[in-house]
Amino acid sequence: MKLFRIRGGVHPPERKDATKDKTVVAVPVRGTLYLPLQQHIGAPARPVVQAGDHVLKGQVIAEAAGPVSAPIHASTSGTVEAVGFYPVPHPSGLKGMAIALVPDGLDEWTEAMPPLSLDAAPEAIAKRVGEAGIVGLGGATFPSAVKLNLRERHSLDTLVMNAAECEPFLTCDDRLMREYTDELLLGVALMARALGVARTVIAVEANKPEATAALAAAAAPYPDIAVATVPTRYPMGSEKHLVHTLTGRETPARALTADIGVVVHNIATAYAVYEAAILGRPLVSRILTVSGGAIAKPMNLKVALGTPIADLIAFCGGLTEEPQELLSGGPMMGQPLRSTAIPTVKGMNGVLALVPADTRRGPAHACLRCGTCVAACPCGLLPFEIAAHVRNGNFEAAVDAGLMDCIGCGSCAFACPSRIPLVQNFHHAKGHLAAQQRAQSRNEEARRLVQAKTARQEKLAAERKAAAEAKKAAAAKARAAAEKGAV
Amino acid sequence: MAEDRPFVAGPFAHAGRSTPMIMAWVMIALTPATVFGLGLYGWPAIFLFATTLASAVLAEAACLKLAGKSMVTLQDGSAALSGWILALTLPPWAPWWIGAVGAALAIVVGKHVFGGLGQNLFNPAMVARVALLISFPLEMTRYVAPRPLLGGDAAGFKESMAITFGLGGHVDLDAVSSASLLGHAKTELARGVPLHEALSSGFDLSSLFFGTTTGSMGETSALLLIVGGVTLIALRVISWHIPLALILGIVVPGALFHAIDPDRYLSPLVHALAASTLFGAFFIATDLVTSPVTRAGQMIYGAGCGVLIFIIRTWGGYPEGMAFAVLLMNAGTPLIDRWVRPRIYGRDRKGRPLSVTPRESK
Repeated sequence: MKLFRIRGGVHPPERKDATKDKTVVAVPVRGTLYLPLQQHIGAPARPVVQAGDHVLKGQVIAEAAGPVSAPIHASTSGTVEAVGFYPVPHPSGLKGMAIALVPDGLDEWTEAMPPLSLDAAPEAIAKRVGEAGIVGLGGATFPSAVKLNLRERHSLDTLVMNAAECEPFLTCDDRLMREYTDELLLGVALMARALGVARTVIAVEANKPEATAALAAAAAPYPDIAVATVPTRYPMGSEKHLVHTLTGRETPARALTADIGVVVHNIATAYAVYEAAILGRPLVSRILTVSGGAIAKPMNLKVALGTPIADLIAFCGGLTEEPQELLSGGPMMGQPLRSTAIPTVKGMNGVLALVPADTRRGPAHACLRCGTCVAACPCGLLPFEIAAHVRNGNFEAAVDAGLMDCIGCGSCAFACPSRIPLVQNFHHAKGHLAAQQRAQSRNEEARRLVQAKTARQEKLAAERKAAAEAKKAAAAKARAAAEKGAV
Repeated sequence: MAEDRPFVAGPFAHAGRSTPMIMAWVMIALTPATVFGLGLYGWPAIFLFATTLASAVLAEAACLKLAGKSMVTLQDGSAALSGWILALTLPPWAPWWIGAVGAALAIVVGKHVFGGLGQNLFNPAMVARVALLISFPLEMTRYVAPRPLLGGDAAGFKESMAITFGLGGHVDLDAVSSASLLGHAKTELARGVPLHEALSSGFDLSSLFFGTTTGSMGETSALLLIVGGVTLIALRVISWHIPLALILGIVVPGALFHAIDPDRYLSPLVHALAASTLFGAFFIATDLVTSPVTRAGQMIYGAGCGVLIFIIRTWGGYPEGMAFAVLLMNAGTPLIDRWVRPRIYGRDRKGRPLSVTPRESK
């Protein structure tokens, strides 16, 4: 397949050797599970159970709250302990709403949904994916059903299955592709059908030859599904860049890949689609990589959603030393976890306990304008310049320089010899701008309300005045009539 | 951003490079040419080199103290490197105060007046060199022929103390002075002597290549400068864009004019190998702070430096033009960086979002 070159990118140390040959192992459910209501982009799910309710595995415990939302299912059978505030994965470290579920140890499934056939109606496939609570499992966690319905508003021709797995350490997609190849392809075929595309490309980075070979062999019966090997270069898994590499089409700024006819789904999502459509099972578990220098025995695990991180680390032999950084996801774009009480959620493709040798953190120096960040940026930005604007509090100039075109991949900060925390700087600016925008829309709303109130009051006053005058006129008239009568 | 705050954003991985490491690599790459230069000119050169380096570090410390800044930046090696580069461009037997004043100019006026490391518009070492050249033309143009440290006619330690520090006697340098190839050519051309006569004795390409010729302390050996420069490119400390563009910027016009009149214009090979061309191409023009940040910008900048050097050497009042050319192009760097930018992904050159083009159906 002809590939197209994209600019920039970096080659972080892969560190995949620790787990890439480790078969996926299921972690047994033991302690209480905590299922956050917000495990996806969009509105948090609405709980439909109360403390004391007994639920079966796969039963809906929180329903989707709007078109962009996803339901949550019980990931084992047991009793709902409470619906309340618990540790959740959020950069702030604050608690969030979650359902605490005490397992009964039986792990008893609820009745499966009827299986769909491979020639099911596209709407039926998308509906099932939505009902199964499936979200983008690569970490983006956008509700997959919404993306499978894009055919309604866009003319689509290609489905790209993102199996680049360009983040260091992570091998869960690699294992999934090698161990569940046939199931994956069924899922991919269903997604292609839902989207109504003519062509599907599964894109795998060159560092996973076994997975590529397995997929290619299994894809033989599917004439419309191709397997492509893409160069191992971070951030190959960035949606727009992957599409560009495969098709040569460049997604315009602020647009979606759907606008250029391509939809991208993560390969792990395809497995969840298979489970939902063929087995009739909702999303209640996921496969993730537990790795990093502080993990005694790095592994790939199949984990019931809601299992606390601490249990996963314990399953992997515990920590050999206090990690410098505990992350959800890969080291390039992962989020720090503030506590091991945080539960496994849908979008968590890795739990990394990193030591200083992994992070290679060092003191920051002054910017030398060396241009390393410019060469590394896959978006054609001048990261050092944006950072300088942000440091000076000149957010408008930062936006003009392309702040909003930044995908936050971290290539610049990874490469920067002065170790300037560029991405942190950009997040700060984006947060500031978002707050500013919220404040502005709040002000506008307040102004609108005040104006409406004033208008209402003026109208009322005018009415009152008119009524008073009418009354006065009527009284005067009556008086005049009376006087006339008297005369 | 403050480092004491917890990191909330990645990446939690790093390529492993650091500013001090970059400075160290440049110094390592400079070492062969430096050792050769010091050996070639003996004790006076060693004294001048040490004085310049020490003065640069002292000036840096003083500036940091005055500005109330952390002394941490002293350890990144940037001040020592500025002093080092300046020293290598000086006449090897120049008095100590040339090095001391130059280093102070480089660090104080060239760097800290602008706000310190990374903020300066002009290459500090070249600011100092030009200031010295204009203020002290005699000391800055008095070159001597090589007198290797281990050779028979080397300047002795005592004699060297007199040459560099003026201690214990006076040495008449005019008696031993010599001219660099470019200086000689310029003087002879001014007298109306055609080049083939002027360069007939004592100047050949192999001495330029190996460095056994008159010149600045670290600028004589083309071979060792190439070794150092290529090492830096191989280690990706510098990219090839500026050196290549700079050399082409000299060689292309050089070849053109040499073809027109070989008696008036030096051969392109002499231009390429002479004196400061290679030193400048690999170690001066590539200064990260004062050169453009994009590859295309670096090509323009390098070529501009090269052409300016050719013009100054050929028609200017000085036989050598590296420092002037670099400073002039430094001034153009913000402009180049403003106009030569990468295209933002998903946008056209003017920054507007690309239009969604209709696709052919498959």
